[in-house]
Amino acid sequence: MSNRVLVQAADFDIGHELARLEALGGGGVASFTGVVRGGGDENGGFAALHLEAYPGMTQRALDDVAAQAQARWPLLGLTLIHRFGTLFAGDRIVLVATAARHRGAALDACAFLIDWTKTRAPFWKQERFSDGTARWIEQTAADASTAADWDASAEHGRP
Amino acid sequence: MGIAILYFAWVREAIGRDGETIDPPADVRDVAALIDWLAARGGGYAEAFADRARLRCAIDQRFAPLDAPIEGATEIALFPPVTGG
Repeated sequence: MSNRVLVQAADFDIGHELARLEALGGGGVASFTGVVRGGGDENGGFAALHLEAYPGMTQRALDDVAAQAQARWPLLGLTLIHRFGTLFAGDRIVLVATAARHRGAALDACAFLIDWTKTRAPFWKQERFSDGTARWIEQTAADASTAADWDASAEHGRP
Repeated sequence: MGIAILYFAWVREAIGRDGETIDPPADVRDVAALIDWLAARGGGYAEAFADRARLRCAIDQRFAPLDAPIEGATEIALFPPVTGG
């Protein structure tokens, strides 16, 4: 199992990250990239997205999420990279990628990793607007229930 | 011995600092009581801790429920529900 879990301010190279997973000998690599939303009327005046992290705990929490995925699916490797700091529309926020012998495990583990990262890693997002105001984003009930669904599926004996 | 308290996101903004070292009285046994004790300071503390349903905590860098005991803790963080990903 080859895990790569990083918390960083810098951007990452998706091609490089996927190539690493493709080289592990499996038949499938799945990935999800989270990007700062731009444009659209509901984003009028949006200037930047600021991500606050909890130094020390954030790395540990992401390591725990990765270990959970590893325990639930037969993965050959995974990558979980989450940025912090001030990001702009179109910037990458997070990359989750998985490699497995077959696509099912790769795809399911990829979805699990991003769902759990959203609710179990200490990050807080703040939208900043061009008029100088800012707004902390609230956790949605949908995010919480999607993450909880994975708990329920584990209790019913399937990964 | 003091406990390091850390604040994040709007909890940090309301209080106006990112952390402090505190020495709560012996009858403050769990996180909820600690929040009550801090909120009694008024001002930004009262504002940050007005709605317990919007608060989460970690003890020594592990998520914990608000009724978790604080005995033996060296670092307690108070923050809103997380919104990463």
